[in-house]
Amino acid sequence: MSFLELTDLRKTYGDVVALENFNLTVEKGEFISLLGPSGCGKTTTLQMIAGFTEPTAGKIVLSGRDLVSVPPAKRGLGIVFQSYALFPHLSAAENVAFGLDMRKVDRASRDERVREALAMVGLKGYEDRFPRRMSGGQQQRVAVARALVIRPEILLLDEPLSNLDAKMREEMQGELLSIQRRLGTTTILVTHDQQEAMALSNRVVVMSKGRIEQIASPVEAYNHPASPFVASFLGKTNTLSGEVRGGTLSVGDYRADVPGADGPVAVTLRPEKMRFDATGLRGTVASRVFQGNSWSYHVDTAQGEVLVLRQNDGQPLPVEGEPVFVSWSPADMGVHREGARHG
Amino acid sequence: MKRNGPIALIFHAFFVTFMVAPILVVCVVAFTSHGYLSLPTDGLSLRWFREIANYPEFVRAFWTSIYLGAVSSTVAVVLAVPAALAFSRYDFTGKGALAAFFLSPLMIPHVVLGIAFLRFFTQGGLSGTMAALIISHIILVFPFALRLTLSAATGMDRSIESAAISLGAGNLTLFRRVTLPLILPGVISGWALSFIQSFDEVTMTVFLAAPGTETLPVRMFLYVQDNIDPLVTSVSAVVILITMVALMILDRLYGLDAVLSGHSDRNS
Amino acid sequence: MAERRSPIAVAPLLLPATLLFIAVLAIPLIMTLMLSFYSWGQYTGIVEDFTVENWVEVFTDPYFGDVFLRTLRISVFATLLAALFGTPEAYILKRMDPRWRGIFLLVILGPLLMSVVARTLGWALLFGGNSGVANQLLMGIGLIDSPIPFMFTETGVVIALAHVMMPFMVLSVWASLQRLDPQVENAARSLGASQATVIRRVVLPQIMPGILSGSIIVFALSASAFATPAIIGGRRLKVASTLAYDEFLNTLDWPLGAAVAVLLLIAIVLIIVASNRLVERRYAEVFR
Ligand SMILES: Nc1ncnc2c1ncn2[C@@H]1O[C@H](COP(=O)(O)OP(=O)(O)OP(=O)(O)O)[C@@H](O)[C@H]1O
Ligand SMILES: [Mg+2]
Repeated sequence: MSFLELTDLRKTYGDVVALENFNLTVEKGEFISLLGPSGCGKTTTLQMIAGFTEPTAGKIVLSGRDLVSVPPAKRGLGIVFQSYALFPHLSAAENVAFGLDMRKVDRASRDERVREALAMVGLKGYEDRFPRRMSGGQQQRVAVARALVIRPEILLLDEPLSNLDAKMREEMQGELLSIQRRLGTTTILVTHDQQEAMALSNRVVVMSKGRIEQIASPVEAYNHPASPFVASFLGKTNTLSGEVRGGTLSVGDYRADVPGADGPVAVTLRPEKMRFDATGLRGTVASRVFQGNSWSYHVDTAQGEVLVLRQNDGQPLPVEGEPVFVSWSPADMGVHREGARHG
Repeated sequence: MKRNGPIALIFHAFFVTFMVAPILVVCVVAFTSHGYLSLPTDGLSLRWFREIANYPEFVRAFWTSIYLGAVSSTVAVVLAVPAALAFSRYDFTGKGALAAFFLSPLMIPHVVLGIAFLRFFTQGGLSGTMAALIISHIILVFPFALRLTLSAATGMDRSIESAAISLGAGNLTLFRRVTLPLILPGVISGWALSFIQSFDEVTMTVFLAAPGTETLPVRMFLYVQDNIDPLVTSVSAVVILITMVALMILDRLYGLDAVLSGHSDRNS
Repeated sequence: MAERRSPIAVAPLLLPATLLFIAVLAIPLIMTLMLSFYSWGQYTGIVEDFTVENWVEVFTDPYFGDVFLRTLRISVFATLLAALFGTPEAYILKRMDPRWRGIFLLVILGPLLMSVVARTLGWALLFGGNSGVANQLLMGIGLIDSPIPFMFTETGVVIALAHVMMPFMVLSVWASLQRLDPQVENAARSLGASQATVIRRVVLPQIMPGILSGSIIVFALSASAFATPAIIGGRRLKVASTLAYDEFLNTLDWPLGAAVAVLLLIAIVLIIVASNRLVERRYAEVFR
């Protein structure tokens, strides 16, 4: 039995299906990211785990205990909101102490734990500061300390870093990760930033239009996306149409052996996994852009424009207008039967 | 930003004079040393301010107004806070109609309110009592209390409440330690605006007040109807002064234009 | 985001206020309506029968017609004055240095919260017969040759009312100016429009809803004003609300007074609703 089990979760608002067929099991200590474009149901899922939204159908079980009937105040989960939701009328220390007060923790150990929690997020000395007088990053840290000080069974984070600037975000990602590793708190992060999800989590849950597209480790999801949607959402990707006949895939002049039924397929390929070769997909270099450690090529082919990323490692490379063949190793491509998945 | 030209500034000076003149003239005449209405040509005298003490009905009316304003605004706010919370977070059948009902005292002429309450309380045997005054003033000021608490409740970040709940706060704790402190600016300015409205109301109250329960504006109105003398100007000057102090506090706290147009969102 | 709830579920929060309003607002208003259909006699007092006598009297006796017409006239002129002067003032305030603006907003909006009796008393002092300050000033700057009677005249009531209502107008126009994108004015100027054209073609159309809704408020409040017409107008220059007051507290003919009051209420509600409709239809896109 897993630590947290979400079974057949479904949520509808009137006619709008916000979430359906949602199945996920989370192990203790795992860092899971819910990743997907705006409106795909990430917040809805998190709110159902937190208890602020009631599922239309389905089960949420935490350590064998059915959570759906437990009021949110009694679930013992730590939540960090996108807006931070700090109590503006309380100081940093009072904010962090709030949950402990609710648990009637005695004064001495409460103060001790508050001090520890603020120190952990690097806010020693900010105890008496009010949220209004703190920067976004500092408020974020208070919110994390407030959620963690109650030693929650699960930490839920809804786009916690989206209000920070790029540099601050990266810094907070590192801190979040190291705190999570240290405390071992099971964590579920909602984000629409694929880089963030891949940097932080053990597994990502890629969602689209209220459904799960893929659950996998970041490396697995990146290298072997389950659908063209996942492929394009997790970084730059080429989607080419091909045909399988008698166990052989053809994309233009490119050939490879693939198992499975005959029929049209969509082939997804990462730009950095493609190379120029003596045979393969025929095309012409339309343009190339120098990016320091690499060259980014746009190649015109009969299949449309293909993006190719080549390391700037001193090897000779084609120039604009040059006819080329684009090729790749069959292991690097994703082959998706049409109709098997949308996207 | 373009600056105002000379014509605009002349207009502005004229306008401000127009707005201030009647208030200023009351305050100036109040300092006269003569026994009749006149400008204080031979120095400022406090004669007529001292004279107020000899008219116990003005002093009593003043305290009646303070008491009436305080009690009715407090009750109105206590009723308005839960109503504002319901309006700000839930949709339900009849919401619009109920809101219109609660705001209707703003639209009904105060004469009509006075007449309706007079009839009602006479039938109920409460005519001329303090209770009748308090109840009618609660109705009168409720729209002001509701508008300001409502805009505070609407402007509040609901996820702050969610955060408190997730940390284990029960309903009562949530209200006492999070919701109320968050909407407090709106609640206080709602109370203050209600108090001022009640304190200044004359039209409706003139129907309801009996000699023992006359409010200050009613006493002043009835007095002015008979004769205008320096005494009533000194009383008015005191009233103006009190309002001015209250105004400046309100302005400092929340911004006067915000309070008057019903948005106390400067703090959130 | 408002969640949908059944009325029963929100009842605990709304019931106290609703019950109070039904008991002490709806019922008294209905009682007043009923009162207007009772009959009254010098010696019998109020008789709880059913008669349309009061209503017939209100509609046929030219005295009442005069009073309602005067109420209308005074309200219209007070509204015009307020709109004519309040609108430019709001615009001037908007363009003022923020430090000064704060002070003048306080000076101009503040009177709104000051006792109407005290403010009207001020006008009574300024008007004060033929030798009042107002007349001396006007004659001093050569605007008039002989003193204008202000006290106990409609002119005086209109001026004092305009003063009492002015803050509402400024506030309303001010609010619509707040919504104005300052860049739009600059854009118009960059296209070669003069200041006057910018005001006429760009600013005015956008703040028109504010002027109109301010006018509706000022009109409604002027039509139901009591203390100002009572003090400046005196005992003979009656308007609807002072008339109702007289019937109630001097003549003691409550049913007739109730009929006057109910008519005033209906007239005002109709005018407010109708003009709101008009304004909203005409400016639907500006209001959004
Ligand atoms: N209270 C509600 N009433 C009606 N529809 C809602 C409600 N809340 C969410 N939805 C709908 O449910 C779907 C999922 O919303 P959700 O907030 O979970 O998306 P999200 O993945 O968190 O998106 P974002 O990245 O923009 O936060 C959306 O289509 C949204 O319009
Ligand atoms: Mg979301």
